[in-house]
Amino acid sequence: MLGPAERHGGFELTIDSVSKLYGARRVLRDVAARAVAGQVLVIAGPNGSGKSTLVKVIARLIRPTDGRVLWKLDGRALPATDAKRVVGMVSPDLTLYDELSAIENLRFFAQVRGLSSGPELAYSLLDRFGLAGRGRDPVGAYSSGMKQRLKYAFALMHDPPLLLLDEPTANLDERGITLVHDAIAQARPSKCIVIATNEPEEVRLGDVIIRLGA
Amino acid sequence: MSSSGWAREALAVLAKDVRSEYRTRYAFSSVLLFAVTALAVVSFSVSPYSLDADVQAAFLWIVLFFSAMMGLSRSFVREEEARTAMALRLTTAPEAVYMGKLMFNIALQVAVAAVVVPLFLVLMDIAPAHPGLLVGVTLLGTLALASSSTIIAAIVSRANAKGAIFAVLAFPVTLPGLSSAIRATIAALRGAAGSGSGPAAGAAGDLRALAAYSVLMITSSLLLFDFVWDD
Repeated sequence: MLGPAERHGGFELTIDSVSKLYGARRVLRDVAARAVAGQVLVIAGPNGSGKSTLVKVIARLIRPTDGRVLWKLDGRALPATDAKRVVGMVSPDLTLYDELSAIENLRFFAQVRGLSSGPELAYSLLDRFGLAGRGRDPVGAYSSGMKQRLKYAFALMHDPPLLLLDEPTANLDERGITLVHDAIAQARPSKCIVIATNEPEEVRLGDVIIRLGA
Repeated sequence: MSSSGWAREALAVLAKDVRSEYRTRYAFSSVLLFAVTALAVVSFSVSPYSLDADVQAAFLWIVLFFSAMMGLSRSFVREEEARTAMALRLTTAPEAVYMGKLMFNIALQVAVAAVVVPLFLVLMDIAPAHPGLLVGVTLLGTLALASSSTIIAAIVSRANAKGAIFAVLAFPVTLPGLSSAIRATIAALRGAAGSGSGPAAGAAGDLRALAAYSVLMITSSLLLFDFVWDD
């Protein structure tokens, strides 16, 4: 875990001339942007324009064909292996274990992230995202909206300095959307937030906006 | 990361996989069904004949090999198919993922062997000359199969035709371990073959080869896994 003193404040994300090709198909062309803690970077664009790919490149889950993504904390570059501490991510491509309960999922990810406050943290996060009382149910029995809420608990449990939200309100009801917007507002002062979306209300949150496929 | 950090993460992955397997019986049921069916069919068809130890040993390892091919790939393939691999990549060190999956595959294959080998002895009406050696060979052979299958499963999980590629890739890689296991099993069933004294003397070279093969596979897999697991 990052120490309290080095959390958030000095975090900086740089997307440096990133291009990505899948075979002959170019998905991203020379994308560049910079955002720091306290800012929201919005990635907007039509379906298939490469929003999700760019989010994964920023998470350093996939390598760009050209260019690079840099994470810096207080001016010090962080390696991709720090992803478990740096990145909190919600994405349609990210799924938790259906056969495990929500509590078991969160406890497992707390263990591998090296968090000491596993069970208490899991219960408080479930409560925060409106899943209190359903923590012992298998995730496979959850609705798509409940699974989306659980992904927020997964993404925020380690208090990451970089929060990546790909389609942040997908599958959510009105109450869920409010919870997510509250979570973004709460995280905004201390984290660098990246949102890939086409929702006008969410695009307006952006301090920095990347428009793909424009 | 410290070795204790790796170990903690690897044990967490193992515990998660054991819990998932206990809930779904995803790999164990299919592997055991195949192994028991293959044993039963062959034992019924060859029951009028008395098979040589060479054939018996080969038959046992054919069943264990294909059981491993059916079950051991699931640990990684399932993570990709269920789209849980991304969460694992984001949170867990690659080496810990490999070690956790390896331990799970060893446990699964040992559990299968614990059912298959006694059943094989009963159905084929075999009284091994050296039961202790047979247990040792089975354990080391299982370790060799699991160590090679785990890294191949990780490679295959990123491909499209997963099932077909797994057996094709696994066969040449596992062949050295498999041939040592078969030779040592022949010695265990028939008695010490070769020079030296004591029951294990003839098979000692093959047991050492199995142990060396497993160490080589695990070490090289740990070095290479980062490249296989990450994009």
